[in-house]
Amino acid sequence: MVFNPIKPALLMLMYFSALTGIIYPLIVTFSAQAFLPRQANGSLIIDDNNQALGSELIGQAFSRPEYFWGRPSATSPHPYNAGASSGANQGPANPALLEAVQTRIKALRNADPKNTKPIPVDLVTASASGLDPDISPAAAVFQIERIAAARHLPVPKVQELVKRYTEPRLWRILGEPRVNVLKLNLALDQRLK
Amino acid sequence: MTPTQHKQPLFSWQILLAALGDTFLKLAPRQQWKNPVMFVVYTGSLLTTGLWLWGLFNGGDDSASFMLGVTFWLWFTVLFANFAESVAEGRSKAQAAALRSAKRDIVAKKLDEPRYNAPYVKVTSPALRKGDLVLIEAGDFVPADGEVIEGVASVDESAITGESAPVIRESGGDFSSVTGGTRVLSDWLMVRVTANPGEAFLDRMIAMVESATRQKTPNEIALTILLVALTLIFLLTTVTLLPFSIYSVETAKSGTPVSITVLVALLVCLIPTTIGGLLSAIGVAGIGRMMQKNVIATSGRAIEAAGDVDVLLLDKTGTITLGNRQASAFLPIGEITEKELADTAQLATLADETPEGRSIIILAKQKFNIRERKIHELGATFIAFSAQTRMSGVNIGERQIRKGAADAIRRFVEAQHAKFPPEAMRLADIVARHGSTPLLVADGGRVLGVIELKDTVKGGIKERFGELRRMGIKTIMITGDNRLTAAAIAAEAGVDDFLAEATPEAKLKLIREQQAEGRLVAMTGDGTNDAPALAQADVAVAMNSGTQAAKEAGNMVDLDSNPTKLIEIVETGKQMLMTRGALTTFSLANDLAKYFAIVPAAFASTYPALGALNIMRLDSPSSAILSAVIFNALIIVALIPLALKGVKYRPQNAEALLRNNLLIYGGGGVIVPFVGIKLIDLGLTALSF
Amino acid sequence: MTENGLLQITLYLAALLLLAKPLGLYMAKVYENRPLFLTRLLGPLEAGLYRFSGVDPEQDMRWQDYAAALLWFNLFSGLAVFFLQILQAWLPLNPQHLANVSFDSAFNTAVSFATNTNWQGYSGETTMSYLTQMLGLGVQNFVSAATGMAVLIALVRGFQRTHAAGIGNFWTDLTRGVLYILLPLSFVFALVLVGQGVVQTFKPYQSIPLVEQVSSAATAPAEQTTQTIAIGPAASQIAIKQLGTNGGGFFNANSAHPFENPTPLSNFLEMLAILLIPAALCHTFGAMVGNPRQGWAILAAMTMVFVSLLFVTWGSEQSGNPALASLGVEQSVSVNQAGGNMEGKETRFGIVNSAIWATATGAASNGSVNSMHDSYTPLGGMIPMWLIQLGEVIFGGVGSGLYGMLVFALVAVFVAGLMIGRTPEYLGKKIEAFEMKMASIIILIPAFLILGGTALAVIVDAGKSAIANPGAHGFSEILYAFSSAAGNNGSAFAGLGANTPFYNTALGISMLAGRYGIIIPVLAIAGSLAAKKTVPTTIGTLPTDTPLFAMLLIGTVLLVGALTFVPALALGPVIEHLIMNGTH
Repeated sequence: MVFNPIKPALLMLMYFSALTGIIYPLIVTFSAQAFLPRQANGSLIIDDNNQALGSELIGQAFSRPEYFWGRPSATSPHPYNAGASSGANQGPANPALLEAVQTRIKALRNADPKNTKPIPVDLVTASASGLDPDISPAAAVFQIERIAAARHLPVPKVQELVKRYTEPRLWRILGEPRVNVLKLNLALDQRLK
Repeated sequence: MTPTQHKQPLFSWQILLAALGDTFLKLAPRQQWKNPVMFVVYTGSLLTTGLWLWGLFNGGDDSASFMLGVTFWLWFTVLFANFAESVAEGRSKAQAAALRSAKRDIVAKKLDEPRYNAPYVKVTSPALRKGDLVLIEAGDFVPADGEVIEGVASVDESAITGESAPVIRESGGDFSSVTGGTRVLSDWLMVRVTANPGEAFLDRMIAMVESATRQKTPNEIALTILLVALTLIFLLTTVTLLPFSIYSVETAKSGTPVSITVLVALLVCLIPTTIGGLLSAIGVAGIGRMMQKNVIATSGRAIEAAGDVDVLLLDKTGTITLGNRQASAFLPIGEITEKELADTAQLATLADETPEGRSIIILAKQKFNIRERKIHELGATFIAFSAQTRMSGVNIGERQIRKGAADAIRRFVEAQHAKFPPEAMRLADIVARHGSTPLLVADGGRVLGVIELKDTVKGGIKERFGELRRMGIKTIMITGDNRLTAAAIAAEAGVDDFLAEATPEAKLKLIREQQAEGRLVAMTGDGTNDAPALAQADVAVAMNSGTQAAKEAGNMVDLDSNPTKLIEIVETGKQMLMTRGALTTFSLANDLAKYFAIVPAAFASTYPALGALNIMRLDSPSSAILSAVIFNALIIVALIPLALKGVKYRPQNAEALLRNNLLIYGGGGVIVPFVGIKLIDLGLTALSF
Repeated sequence: MTENGLLQITLYLAALLLLAKPLGLYMAKVYENRPLFLTRLLGPLEAGLYRFSGVDPEQDMRWQDYAAALLWFNLFSGLAVFFLQILQAWLPLNPQHLANVSFDSAFNTAVSFATNTNWQGYSGETTMSYLTQMLGLGVQNFVSAATGMAVLIALVRGFQRTHAAGIGNFWTDLTRGVLYILLPLSFVFALVLVGQGVVQTFKPYQSIPLVEQVSSAATAPAEQTTQTIAIGPAASQIAIKQLGTNGGGFFNANSAHPFENPTPLSNFLEMLAILLIPAALCHTFGAMVGNPRQGWAILAAMTMVFVSLLFVTWGSEQSGNPALASLGVEQSVSVNQAGGNMEGKETRFGIVNSAIWATATGAASNGSVNSMHDSYTPLGGMIPMWLIQLGEVIFGGVGSGLYGMLVFALVAVFVAGLMIGRTPEYLGKKIEAFEMKMASIIILIPAFLILGGTALAVIVDAGKSAIANPGAHGFSEILYAFSSAAGNNGSAFAGLGANTPFYNTALGISMLAGRYGIIIPVLAIAGSLAAKKTVPTTIGTLPTDTPLFAMLLIGTVLLVGALTFVPALALGPVIEHLIMNGTH
């Protein structure tokens, strides 16, 4: 009695493994590769030389003053390790979090001592994935003067660029307005098509 | 048979004193084990007692006075629960004793030897024993079930069987058994008693209220399971608090871990002691309330089932109608006037003392103001009803006035070589078709007309059925009448359905059908032929006046033999369940306040910031915990009257009933402890505990 | 509370409630074996499967047989996932040459996916080969979800049937759930996700030169010049992971990872997918018991609790971290930023979408995350934890949420039924000692696992050493872990280093007991109910399709949840909240 279901259980599992574990992902992969190859392969940004510059969905680490900085990343062993996504998982009352935030504040202040405006929170708090490609428009605006100074560009020009790369909410409703840091920096470097 | 009500005050000193002694006897572990919730309190009390004693000599994990205070009140919690049970038992036992000694109204003529004119002594029916011989003469009630050994008589069994017409009982053959509570109308019978009156039931009932033999009812078992589950959850909650507290002390680097005494206090406050402590008292009180209504239940299960009843089968006669038919019209034939008929009918009835007979005289007076005449003043001789002639009447000189059933009168008329008018027969048929009983009146060879005897629906019964309908209970009238009559009476009484021309088989079939559709059926019965139906019904109330077979088949006996009582039985059953539900809800809702009292107090040394949760602003951690424990103990005592009296029941639909009770016992359960604990804390602080 | 936030929440709930009904009615048709438009396409597959595995689809199983079939199937499922992991180095489709998984981690993961918990003790992109992901985890995403739905349907049959010996056929329930519900929905959803940027490829991880080749000073210890980007067949798995309340991510960061959840639209759809089937099943239930209002009452109760708690999370997260405020960090909301507590959250989701997701994933035993719960404010993080502790019945897992909720309904009806003076009945079935016994077991098991497991972990060093955050928060991490495992949720206060033999074993056992310790008594209830007569409804019957009943159900769930966990929560998130807001 109790052992009756053994055979159907094994055969069922085999069948479902083939169906949902092989056939299903294969069909999805073929369809995706056929109709949506760019997205299916990681939404890579390709330059004129057919060289991949990065993925528009995956942030990169920036720490030089002439680049917009993204969210702090807690991946290890180095930030923005796209092979091992991770958040910092620090609790709100964890002294280590406060220390980390203070270090980030200091880095931002040191890079642009003239800027005494309050720092937008997303610039000093680690993202969930450690790969967040975006910062808030406020965080971009906060950095404009530093970039302008480092690149010897007029502020309005950088402002204009930030504005162009600011993505609003979808249908003005969903998500949050944001700026893709990699694309903005590539635009600054004029490497974007 | 006048109903005797054994009303008594909620408490009497004798009961309270007896209960007090019992309270301590119940401290035996074997007694406590039967109530899992209270057993936890019991164990906790033993534990804190031990901790306190240990602490006296070795220094405990809390202050000795605090431990003593908690221990003291934990023992009180146990004692209060014991006390509640003892009081309920005491009351029910007192009621049972009162019932046992209550004299029945039936007086029996107990014969010394089996001879019609043998000397007899008058005894009350409960004094009769199986094998006793009694003489029952015209007008007497049959004191107990028995077998006719001599005589022939017409017996009115309408109060029991619903059959309107008298039946013949004679020695030997199929018609030799008589039923207690029926009435001999004519002639006489010598009867051998075949059963002892309902004492066996009383004994069973008394056993039920004594904790030693009391069985838990199915619903009580289900509720106990839930209460045990909750108790286990809270046991888990409090036991794990010790490691949690140790870890918190470690990580916060301040304070000391929570003491075992506090954990026991928290546990006892959280587990549903209110309902746990009062659960058996509620059950016993339910049985007691049944007894108060002169109903003896043979099992707690039956009382519980009464609350669930979906269908009530009610005998027409005695329950819905007054049982005896009433004259409602005089229908003359030919050139005879109505007044002439009424006048003659009144004459024929003068000596007839039956309710039917009285109703004819009353109707004649109402309609034509015919004065009652004295039978001896007229020089008339009274011809009593006999089973042989099936007529009654008077002889005034030459005049022979008779009234009786159509065929009896026909025989009477034709015996005098007169013609029985076909019109009389037709009229009798019409009356019968309306569901009434035709009684023909003849003066000598001349048929004057028909008296219509009608069933009268009891006053107020329609309203009762309306209440039942609001409670979701369907009423079905059972009658031996034909469909037409049944339909007419059903409509007048406002029952939902009826079973006409009911035979015992049809009754049984009806019950089975209803049960197959998932309904719970309640019925009353008394005849031996009711026994199968009573056995089949879920709630079967046998009339005490009924046969022994009926009583054995039923699961309740109504000492008053009042079929309408079924409605009260249903209400009592509901009340019992409601009281359990209400106190469960109350008990659980109480925990909210207790958390607010104890949690901040228990961890005050580790996390002073938790003081923000001390919304009652209790004085100190120890007074907060003690207040909660004291409240928890006192609330049991405070609710004893509710447990005994039961939650008030009003016929309402389920939704409204639930809303009200949720509001009172759920909402009240949340609020009351906040107030109570605060007050106790103020008191303790004033006493500078 | 911003206007836009309210708008996003409203839109989310509206879409959810709108889609739930047609899907629920469709699912009722599936399980009642009525003809569907998909039958022509997938019918042969179904018939072939029964022939292949020698199953008689007409057989009606007693509850014991149903349970036996379920348990064997789940046992083999777990074994398959276990062996795939410990052998993956030698198996194909492992382009990154990932090593075999350790025994304890493999055990934990096998249990985790077979039980629909999908707790991730491992980090996806650095541990699991493509083959393990697809053939092991992906398959379980389907069949563990279908298992939960099958148990629910069996329970519903218990209400439907009268004097019946059987509660249906596990094999057909399982098969139809996968074939006609999960597979078609996943296929469509997977392609939509790819359109949004979710990867779906068998190519190895990509290496790309970094834009900033030389960083300034001390930020990176070792200079990086390239970025290795993990990819893989993710979309097909994420679709079912969201729909089947599985939640085990393809990548470590789960749905916070831009390749799992790249845009606000993908986020909206994935959030929708978390609650879609659990909400729809309420309608399935209503349709199958022949009274849609019964389903509505339960759905209303779930929705009300969900929305109220969502506002707590949202409000708490939006108010930010008081410690950061004193450092001159701008946390207030404006047109240019979401503000609030952004630690552990993604910019594109901000506060509102993180809060909706956290509440939904806690409610639905999904366990996927788009933000890191460990970094939530104490109260914000308490909500998903408490939702799990409520028994995963506010929507809950596919099938498991509703069968859990129906058990709570039995308890609610029991107490309420007493209060109206009747032996309690639900949907015409009398609730008696046996049902109460099983319901008690069902409520006790998670409480025992959560409180007992946490108690064990906070006294042994193996438990305490895994704690990432000091103070009361560390306690919350452990409490969350055991809640998540016992409730088969799978989300975590992920700072806890739970990939250790101690946690892998303790949490593995919790997941097993939290799943089958409930499924078996639920099936027993189903069997007991099916065998009972059906009591007709009268005006004296407690109506279970009214607002009052919905409120009563909410009260019961919250009361049991609160009474059981208040002391533990007081020592975790509550005290953390009081201290954090008191000292600043």
